[in-house]
Amino acid sequence: MSVSHTLLALLEPGPRHGYDLKRAYDEQFGQDRPLAYGQVYSTLSRLLRNGMVEVAGIESGEGPERKRYTITDAGVTDVETWLRTPENPQPYLQNTLYTKVVLALLSGRSASEVLDVQRGEHLKVMRSLTKRKNGGELADQLICDHALFHLEADLRWLELTAARLGELEKAVR
Amino acid sequence: MTTPGTPLLAGSGLHKSFGPTRALDGAALSVSAGEVLAIMGSSGSGKSTLLHCLAGIVRPDSGTITYRGADLVGMDDKGRSALRRTEFGFVFQFGQLVPELSCLENVALPLRLTGSKRKQAEAKATEWLARLEVDGLAKRRPGDVSGGQAQRVAVARALVTGPKVVFADEPTGALDSLNGEKVMQMLTEAARETHAAVVLVTHEPRVAAYSDREIVVRDGQTVDRELVA
Repeated sequence: MSVSHTLLALLEPGPRHGYDLKRAYDEQFGQDRPLAYGQVYSTLSRLLRNGMVEVAGIESGEGPERKRYTITDAGVTDVETWLRTPENPQPYLQNTLYTKVVLALLSGRSASEVLDVQRGEHLKVMRSLTKRKNGGELADQLICDHALFHLEADLRWLELTAARLGELEKAVR
Repeated sequence: MTTPGTPLLAGSGLHKSFGPTRALDGAALSVSAGEVLAIMGSSGSGKSTLLHCLAGIVRPDSGTITYRGADLVGMDDKGRSALRRTEFGFVFQFGQLVPELSCLENVALPLRLTGSKRKQAEAKATEWLARLEVDGLAKRRPGDVSGGQAQRVAVARALVTGPKVVFADEPTGALDSLNGEKVMQMLTEAARETHAAVVLVTHEPRVAAYSDREIVVRDGQTVDRELVA
């Protein structure tokens, strides 16, 4: 995910301090991976350098100086372009699971065991996401659903491959 | 009686053929009280036949099935059908509600069949409809409600008798994702609250993720990952 575009878009409604920005990011998108302060400030410096944001004011209180950042017109255009540009669909053509299955077949080991063990691991993670989803709010539900659909795709592939192991064995030997 | 750790329902060495087609070829599984077990597998793998055998709907050609210590294979038809009425609940993919009866009468039906008076049966049915958040549909007929709503009514009907085991065969197969998830959530929550076991046949991993444990049926045989690992 593009952290710089996300921070930039979070600045659109109005100026914020770096700390507020990190908090807004973590609340919306960082449940599993909160942003490090260092990354927030390095990203803001880069955006500043590139003219996407500017400093709207500096507050000096008891602690260190706090800069408020605001998005520029160029920044708004950049956010617009980013939102309209489709993400590259990931084709996942380099697949470790496929490699393991083929190597199991080539070495005379049980490929179906490789698939069965993997299925178990996938379902374990899916169970925990399902629990989290059912106890969570809409944002959490949608984030978990995204992960669940991807894991489900893997599992469908595991089933399909399990059903075609005989064919695959002939093809790779 | 079932003690903790003892399977409530267990089958082993199950074989079943339909003509030349071998549906089960040595399948085995067990489920404990309060456990949600998913039976997964592709179409034609034998998973539904396995469910039908365990539920006493189909008699296996060979193998053993015990429910709370009683032999289900040797039991006569009368005994098996009594068991299905009093101890088991069923949710299928679709078509299990009686179209001529209202949703309330559908849910009350299993209680009426086991001798409950109409008033009592309908009071209990109302409770279950409310629990599944479809109490507003009590007077409507199954044909006048959505697929998701009908399936919730079917879950209420499966649970109204307080079954020890709920058999669910692709219970979300005819529903969209959102309705399917809601049905699964309600089915598993209600079963856990009443300490009923659920035997869930599904080919959908996201549905299986509502289970506590899964087994896979492939070519009529069961693969239990815990036994593999």
